[in-house]
Formats: sequence, C-alpha cells, structure tokens
Amino acid sequence: MTTSKTRERGAAIDIRNATKRYGSFTALDDVSLHIKPGEFMTLLGPSGSGKTTTLNVVAGFTDLTSGELSVGGESILGVPAHKRNIGVVFQHYALFPHMTVGKNVAYPLTLRGIEKGEREKRVRRALDMVKMADFAHRYPSELSGGQQQRVALARAIVFDPPLLLMDEPLGALDKKLREWLQLEIKRIHRELGTTFVYVTHDQEEALVLSDRIAVFNQGRIEQVGTGRELYDEPATLFVGKFIGESTTLRGNAETSGGETSLTVAGQRIVASNKLANGAKPVILLRPEKLSLAPGNKPQADSQNSLTGNISEAIYLGSGSKYQVTLRDGSVAIVRAPLEAQQFAIGDEVDLRWHISDCKLLADDERADLTLT
Amino acid sequence: MSQTIDTTAPGGSGPRQANGVAAQPRRWRLAAYPSLLALPAVLLLIAAMAYPLLTIVSRSFSEPEWGLQNYVWFFSTDVNIQVLLRTFSISAWVTLVCVIAAYPYAYLMTVVGPRMRLVLILCVLVPFWVSGVVRTLAWVILLQDSGVINSVLKAIGFGGVKLIRTPTGVVIGMAQVLLPFMILPLYSVMRGIDLRLVQAARSLGARPALAFWQVYLPLSLPGVFAGAIIVFILALGFYITPALLGGPRSTMLSTLVQSQVLSLLNWGRGGAMGVVLLVSTFILLALAAPLMRQRHKQASRS
Amino acid sequence: MKPFRIILGLFCLLVAIWLVLPTLVIIPMSFNEKKSLAFPPSGFTWHWYENFFTNPDWSSSFFNSLRVAAIVAVTATIVGTLAALGLSRMKHAGAGILRAILITPMVVPGVVLAIGIYAVYLNYQLVGTTLGFVIAHTMLAVPFVLIAVSASLEVFDVRLETAAASLGANRLTTFRTITLPLILPGILSGLLFAFVTSFDEIIVALFITSPYLKTLPVQIYTSITRDADPTVTAVGTIIFLATSLIITGGLIIGSQRRR
Repeated sequence: MTTSKTRERGAAIDIRNATKRYGSFTALDDVSLHIKPGEFMTLLGPSGSGKTTTLNVVAGFTDLTSGELSVGGESILGVPAHKRNIGVVFQHYALFPHMTVGKNVAYPLTLRGIEKGEREKRVRRALDMVKMADFAHRYPSELSGGQQQRVALARAIVFDPPLLLMDEPLGALDKKLREWLQLEIKRIHRELGTTFVYVTHDQEEALVLSDRIAVFNQGRIEQVGTGRELYDEPATLFVGKFIGESTTLRGNAETSGGETSLTVAGQRIVASNKLANGAKPVILLRPEKLSLAPGNKPQADSQNSLTGNISEAIYLGSGSKYQVTLRDGSVAIVRAPLEAQQFAIGDEVDLRWHISDCKLLADDERADLTLT
Repeated sequence: MSQTIDTTAPGGSGPRQANGVAAQPRRWRLAAYPSLLALPAVLLLIAAMAYPLLTIVSRSFSEPEWGLQNYVWFFSTDVNIQVLLRTFSISAWVTLVCVIAAYPYAYLMTVVGPRMRLVLILCVLVPFWVSGVVRTLAWVILLQDSGVINSVLKAIGFGGVKLIRTPTGVVIGMAQVLLPFMILPLYSVMRGIDLRLVQAARSLGARPALAFWQVYLPLSLPGVFAGAIIVFILALGFYITPALLGGPRSTMLSTLVQSQVLSLLNWGRGGAMGVVLLVSTFILLALAAPLMRQRHKQASRS
Repeated sequence: MKPFRIILGLFCLLVAIWLVLPTLVIIPMSFNEKKSLAFPPSGFTWHWYENFFTNPDWSSSFFNSLRVAAIVAVTATIVGTLAALGLSRMKHAGAGILRAILITPMVVPGVVLAIGIYAVYLNYQLVGTTLGFVIAHTMLAVPFVLIAVSASLEVFDVRLETAAASLGANRLTTFRTITLPLILPGILSGLLFAFVTSFDEIIVALFITSPYLKTLPVQIYTSITRDADPTVTAVGTIIFLATSLIITGGLIIGSQRRR
C-alpha cells in the first residue's frame, strides 16, 4: 500500500539489540529503541556516546556488527544507503558547491526520474517551507551558515521521505540563530508529520525540540522518555546530571524501613525511598527545588537541611543563582526567585529542601568521567 | 504496510526502498579494494619502467659475460671517475645557485600584493611555455662568444667571457631550467609560515635579522630541503642542456651513458654507468626524505 | 628596512630577467635574415616560418608530436585519475608507499630510463612506432596527472558523496554528478600536464625515434646539433605564442567561472 497525504506519513523505526564494534572498541552496545511514526526523537549524549553511530546505522552509512533494524516494519539491514529513501541533514550542510540552491534541492528528484514541471513545483514548495525561495539561483558559497542549513533541510525533505535524520544540524551556528532555527525545525516537523530523528549533545536543544529523548552514554541508552520525565525522574545518575543543572550529595548511608538517610559532614539528611539492590546511594537535587535560609534558623520536619557558605552569587535578571560550598567541600547550585532573601559571598546559610524533592540514585563514577 | 515509499513520482524509475538485500555484492567488492583502481598505472609502470630498468641492470652484469667487469672498469677508469665527480659537483653548484636565487624570490612572492604575485608566478612559469630543447638553444644564443651576454659586456667596456662549452655556462643554463622546481616548493612552505611569529619575536626583543635567523629560517627549511633535493636529483640526470651547452670538459654522466650505448653499442658498460646514476639518485632520495618532512606543523597559519 | 626592500626587489628583478630572457630572446632571432644564430639579428624575414610550414621534415614531426601527445594526454589522464581515486580511498599505510612508487618516473634519470626502454623496444619491434612513444610517454606523464588529480581530491569533501547517497544516488551516479564535476579542474590540469610532458619529451624520444617517426623535439635537437637551422627559433616562437594564448584563455575562463 502507498502513503496517503494524511498526517500518517512518518515511518516507525525499530532498533533491536544493535551492536557495533570497531576492533576492540564498542561504539554501540546492545541498543534497542522504538520510535513511533511521526515522532520527534532526539538522541542525546556526549561525543562518542553512540548517538551518531546509531544515526549512521539507520541512514545506511554504517553496518551493524549484530542486531536488527527495521523502518516501517521492514528490515533494512544490508540495504545500501541510496535505496533507503531516508532524508539526512548533516552538521556540515553537505551542499554541492557546484550546483545552485535550486539544483541542490532538485537533485534527489532528478535521481528519482521526476519530470521537470513536477520537479520545479516540489522544489519551490520545499524552499518555501524553509523560507529560502528567493535564493534558488544562488550558489551555496554565497549563503550564510544558517541559510545553507535551511537549504540542506529543504533538500532532505523534498522527496517526501518517511523519515528524516539530523546529525547536529545546528552545531556550527551561533546561539541566536540556533534558537530561531530550532523553532523552524519544530514547525516543519508539525507540518510534515514525518518521523524526525535528531542527534545533539545540547540538552537544552533536546528539551526544546523533542517528543521524546534517548540519552546515550558509552554506547548504551541510559533512558528514553519525555523531557519532563528525564528531568524529574532520571533513571540513572548520568541522566540526572546530563539533563539540566543538579547538585549531588554523597555520604554514609543507612536504610531503615522505606527510608534512606545520608550523613553529610555530620548532618543527617533523609530520602523517602531506598535503592533496590544495595547499591551505594547518591542524592540528586534540582536547583529550583532548593531554598536558602540564614544560618541556624529552625526548620520544618518535612525538610532536609545542610549548612554551608555562599561561594558565588550571580544575578540573572529573572532571579539569582548561588553556589553554596557545604561543610564536606561539595558544591550545591541553588536558583532563588527575585522575591527571596538575597545573600552575599561568604554568608553562612542553611540549604533546605522537601524530603520528597530529593532523588535517590545509584552512584556511578562513569557519570562524572563522561562529563568532564 | 502503509509507509516508506513515496509514489508521487509518475512512473518514476528512481531508487526505491529495497526489496532485496544481496543487491550488489560485486560492486561492493570493488569498493572494498580501491587499490584495484591503481592497477592500470602499476601495470604500466612495470611494463615501461621496471622491466626496462631491470633489463639494464641485468645487462650491466651479463655483457659481454657474467660478472662485475663493467663496474670494475667504471671505477678503475680515471675519466669515468672524473665525470662522476663532475656530475655531482655541477649538480651541487646548480643546487646552490638555485637556493640563493630562489629564497629571496619565493619570499617576495609571499609578501607582495596579489597582482604583483601573479606577475612573479608568471615569470616562473614562462620558461615552461617553450619547449625545453628550444630553451637550451636560447642559452646557446645568449652564452656564445658572439652572444647577448658577451655583446652587452663588450658594449659597456668589459672584455669577453668564455661561457659556452664551460662548466660555468652549463651551470647558468641548468640552474635557469631547474629554478622553478626550487621556487615552487619554497613558496608553498613560506606561504604557510605565520608572519605573526616573526612579529612576536620582534616584540620579544629580537632585531629583524635575529628574528629572521631564529624564527623564519628554521620554519622555511623544509621547503629549502624539498626544493634542493628535487633540483639536485634532476640535475644529476640532466642530459640535453650539458650536451648542447657543454664542451668536452663539462661532460656529465648522462652523456657518457648515451655515447656508450648509441655510439659504442656497449650495453654492459653503458648499463653499469646507468645503474651507478640510478643508485646514487635513490640513495640521495632515501637520505633526504626525512629532512623534507615538516616538523613544525603548528606554526602554519590556517 | 627600506634599503633591504630595495635590494630584495632588485635581486628578484634580476632573477626574473634570468628566468624570462631565454624565452624572449628566441622571438627576434626568428626573423633573422642571416642563417646564423649570432646576436644581434639583422634584417627581417618570414623565411623560417615558411620553412616550418612547408618543409616536410618539420611539419611531419610537428604532427607526429601532436598525435602522440593527444593520445598520451587521454590515456595518461584516465590511468592517472583512476590511480588517484584508488589511492584517495585506501586507508592503510600502503597508500603512501604506492603513491611514492607511482611517481618514481619523475626522479629516475632520463637517460637510464631511455636506454632501458630502447633495449626493450628493440626486442619487441617498438622502436619508431606510435605505440612505443605512447607507452613510454604515458608512463612519464601519469605521475603529473596523479599529482594534479590528488591535489583536487585532497580538497574534495568526501562527505558530499555520503550526502548524495542519502539523497538516492548510487556509486556511479554519485561519481558522475558530484565527484567528477568537483575534481574536474584537477583532471583538466592533469590532461594539460600530460600533453605538455609528451609534446616536450626529448630524451626517451631521441632513443626510440626512427627516420620514419620523429617527434618535434627530436627534429629540433638534430637541427641544432647538425646545422644550427634558425627554423628552430620560429618553432619556438610559435609554441610560445600558442601556449600564451591557451593560458591567457584559461585564466580568463577560470576567473569568470569563479565569479
């Protein structure tokens, strides 16, 4: 059956137990991921985490060592890249320098033997969609980076692929342009209804764009979920630290009943749950869940409290950001609204949060190594 | 399954989603061995270079009979040793002249504006526009006793100088032919040297001459070595220019090889001379290769 | 600083004169009325130009050279371009060694190569044949093509091929529509180098020539050594003017293309 012109134009992707080895180096380690039709999925992770390898495997640029890969329910393992009918947008634009913008966008249509009139119509439509229609007769070298990337996007969607892959497409652009193009990409995704797979190492970008995010680390997927799920309920310490700002606390742990308590520099703090298999626990705190109070003020029972000193105070306009150095030397990051009490460097403060706001996770030194 | 293939293309015959996996094992195999593309070149090289050179080597050991007699003859005949030494010394002079002439010239190419640079490059390339043999004839016209140089010298009151059929004349002619091979590699290295490094040295207190000596010169040396080795090796094998400009006292090894083979039909001795020339060339190349590598990559400007 | 600049400028002027003078001195000599190469020339005549076009020795050697050089340009460009493409796609260390081997004809002393080729050609009856010239000259020209094409492959962004594949182009189409147009300048300059290498080649030609097949350089050489025929200066002038025209034309086209 063929596609109708409805919203249902995206293809589902199913990656099962994908492993890719280069000699002794494992780039992908038993990765499984299901992407729904029409979904905007972002593969997020530091460099070398396997996200780009995954994209290259789907695009057909890299073979799997083992595993299964299907797009739209059909296995495409062994199908060469040029027969996969998948759009790809590269970080380096990859526009053909000897062709005009119009020729670049028409290229995939020419290859598919589409006749001239139809071709011109579709090139026009694709360039309109990325707002580059006035540039059809220019050469890529005459365009800015952002313009080139929009042309590359038009070229990748002009043949109506059921799946569009993007490999850090905004990585080479400056911040302002990047933020604007993020919204453009989101709009285009809504209008097309195609499945988008987007690779980035920028967690903010991932949060802006995605329906769901797959967090990669060292060749594995740590967690798949919406931005909110990853931020509020990180499955691993790595995810918690990679998405958003956070403070981690370590100390001597004791479990009693359903609770875990940690002793940090002589002060006891409590979390309302415990880890399953006796792993060493670490507490993860989000900066906006923390509040500051002048030292040695009484506190509510439902709150944890640690004493420390302000080591950095930053005015952000919408509020303030503090670094608090705790008694054990670890540093906490706190965001305080403007109406809260302000502090200066050196002030002794109590760092407070609701017991229910702290997230207990298994400690993992890999989470620190990969972030440096 | 309703997906993947867009069929808005009317009767399109373009690429389609795969229906088979083992589509093109043969094509991929060729892609896996890109060295096969170099096969015609390698075969040609074997047929037209390796095989002829091997023939010469084997003849030098086998004619008129098997043994080292041709080499013994070569190294025990005074004339041959003289010619061998002369070949090396003329090549060395040519190289020296080229370095001295090319270094300032290549430097000037890097500091002038684009228009002037084009003129300078054209001056380097113009000699290539005329057949090499014709150029040598031009040198005959210039250097002969009634030639341009002697006419000019006489006009301004100097006596004539004997240039044609002297080693000096040969060096002047050969150096002109080989100068581009010195200027071009030097220029490409100098173009990559960040002039801000010299400015930095100046700002740190070095006088211009010292800054040049301690910063610029060491960075440009790979270009000097590369150019010098190319010029020296090409000079060793020079044939036409010394044959036309030189006299009996400036004969070079190539001319001797030619006369052994074509005039005396002595393939064994001619071959042995050729092998000596060939082996010296490759020894020089092997010795010089490490010097040509650019060790200070980080000094280049992007 | 100032005097240094002046000395540098004067020195380079001398070098430039030294480079260009031998080419330019040919032109006035070609109109010399006397049958001698003595300077300065006297009188004015077109005689030597007439001689080049009417004397069969000269015209046939010219057309021989043209024919051989044209065939060599095409074969060497194909062989050299293929090799350059293969080398650029080889990942292991073998590529460097193979490249070094393929450019050795540039450093092997001409006479040694020439007597070797002569010896082999005597055995296979290739002396004085077009095929013999083409094989030898192609071997000499391939390194130039290899270097020219490799240089343009070096700046060619291989990722464009990946992009073309993602858009639906198979290997052959990718090569035809993307790779080839982008490395074409390198291939064309390789073609030109190959043509000139063959057209100008003298050492091997001197050995494998025969009275029935002479190339232009051989004819020039024998006429210089035998009778100092001033026709040579006319030939030199014609070649110089033709090359100047081609290069000027190339420069103009090139600067227009670059826009």
